[in-house]
Amino acid sequence: MKEGYELVYKRPGTLLDTRMHYCPGCFHSTLHKIIMEVVEEMGIADEIIGVSPVGCSVFAYDYMDIDFQQAAHGRACAVATGIKRTLPDKFVFTYQGDGDLAAIGTAETLHACNRGEKFSIFFVNNAIYGMTGGQMAPTTLEGQKTTTSPYGRDPKHVGYPLKMAEMISQLPGVAYCERVTLDTPANVRKAKKSVRKCFEIQKQKLGTTFLEVVSNCPSGWKLAPVKTLDFVKDNMLQYYPLGVKKDVTAQQN
Amino acid sequence: MSNKKIAFMKGNEALAEAALRAGMTGYFGYPITPQSEVIEYLSREVPNHPKCVVLQAESEVAAGNMLYGAGGAGARVMTTTSSPGYSLMQEAVSYIACAEIPAVFVNVQRGGPGLGTIQPSQGDYFQAVKGGGHGDYRLIVLAPNSVQEMVDHTVMAFDLADKWCNPVLILSDGAIGQMMEKIELPEPYEFRSAEDMRADKPWATNGKNGGRKKNLLTSLNIKSDEMERKNNELQAKYAKIVDSEVRYEAYHTDDAEIIISAYGLSSRICKKAVDLGREQGIKVGLLRPITLWPFPSKKISELAAKPSVKMFMTIEMSVGQMVEDIQLVVNGRKPVYFYGRTGGILATAEEILDQIKKKM
Repeated sequence: MKEGYELVYKRPGTLLDTRMHYCPGCFHSTLHKIIMEVVEEMGIADEIIGVSPVGCSVFAYDYMDIDFQQAAHGRACAVATGIKRTLPDKFVFTYQGDGDLAAIGTAETLHACNRGEKFSIFFVNNAIYGMTGGQMAPTTLEGQKTTTSPYGRDPKHVGYPLKMAEMISQLPGVAYCERVTLDTPANVRKAKKSVRKCFEIQKQKLGTTFLEVVSNCPSGWKLAPVKTLDFVKDNMLQYYPLGVKKDVTAQQN
Repeated sequence: MSNKKIAFMKGNEALAEAALRAGMTGYFGYPITPQSEVIEYLSREVPNHPKCVVLQAESEVAAGNMLYGAGGAGARVMTTTSSPGYSLMQEAVSYIACAEIPAVFVNVQRGGPGLGTIQPSQGDYFQAVKGGGHGDYRLIVLAPNSVQEMVDHTVMAFDLADKWCNPVLILSDGAIGQMMEKIELPEPYEFRSAEDMRADKPWATNGKNGGRKKNLLTSLNIKSDEMERKNNELQAKYAKIVDSEVRYEAYHTDDAEIIISAYGLSSRICKKAVDLGREQGIKVGLLRPITLWPFPSKKISELAAKPSVKMFMTIEMSVGQMVEDIQLVVNGRKPVYFYGRTGGILATAEEILDQIKKKM
């Protein structure tokens, strides 16, 4: 540190100093950072295991300096169940996209939450398959154009976008369920608090903690990064409203 | 059950008890006939085994992936299923093989294809030894032919899985799973300290615990050179397994002119056919692979090279699967015949002997 300067911001030590493969403007890097900030602040980097999905965040393990298992497509919640059940005193989380969690892994997700598995699920909903090149996701909005819905998503043909946070919040095994986004500095700060809340509740072993993060995809949406922020606000958040859907600690507080 | 040594038990329950005594710390499974007694037995007994987790999964797909997670975190893990369920587990098997995680799978075979029948079968040999899932990988495959071997192979499977960091498959069938026999059970596993167990599996994802380097378990090798290197490493390991883990039983093969080859339940009937043939002056012997992979190719090749050996007869509860491996090893040196029944119908010793006489 140069004399006369004050350090006001730095990369958390738990986030490796390496170039990410994410597209410019993508929320993944922001979400990685805030999760790793919370892990560092709580001092749990040596007692946490992450599970990465198949999708853009398959390489999450390259960026987070903690133990990791990479799961088959959709099976992160089953893999995390195996880890958490045999290591009940460790922290465990999954990091999954919409195709992974809400299409191919719907059964594993619902049943893990229904069993009240005591790990945290970070669900990145950007309404598209990013890694495979912009195909329709279970959360693609009505009318939204993707490479497999080139004329816009038609619910009569392929069904309606799934509201996972609302569905998950109905399950008795779930202790905490919230939908956040990362489109503004204020929302990033709020999301970070929610990540912390998930880990705090996990520590208390109260049940599953589920955080849906409404995200963007500049490449898949074919929008400049700054334009994706408008799309998030004007379209995504209209269908996927932010807020706490369930909090078993609300009455305690 | 108590710590008694001698018991009269059903194959599936004996396997479950043996797994507990072998130090299993994680069982994840889904009910399917004819092996549901395993998860039922474990669910009853688990209160006496506080170190073991027993969980009924929502599907065989999930159960296999729970094995990946728990085995990766350092637990001694097992799942059991029957044929259609084992098909669903192939995704996890392939990932576990590539990530090199110790895990025990049990397939108590029933008849197929499709939903098939709940009667015993040996129709999953190809799936067991040739892959089943995608990619170039191998499982160590054990084929018990008695309730006692359900016990012995279970203990062996956990040890082999740990030794080679590889999935091990016990390929049994509905008859061995359901029948009751007198058995001797092993002494309970002695758990060592948590620190020792961590030291045994330094690769496990159980938290950096005081700041060791992070551990990563993945089957993703996205760069071509990394993928090829991984495959070469796996193949080098498999070559060592072939060199050191072949197991078979040779019964009256020394002077035999006719070599019957059979595994699992079929091998028991064939043993009787050998005795019956010998009573009638026919020089018949039995070569029974105990490990289906690695396959006892060397022994079979030696037999094929003997001038006294006139022919091979393979007996299976399938339309002919292991016979292809026998043919591959014999390589045209002697005729290789096949006889099999399906649908849960077992060939009798007399029927097998008749088939041999027809070829003599």
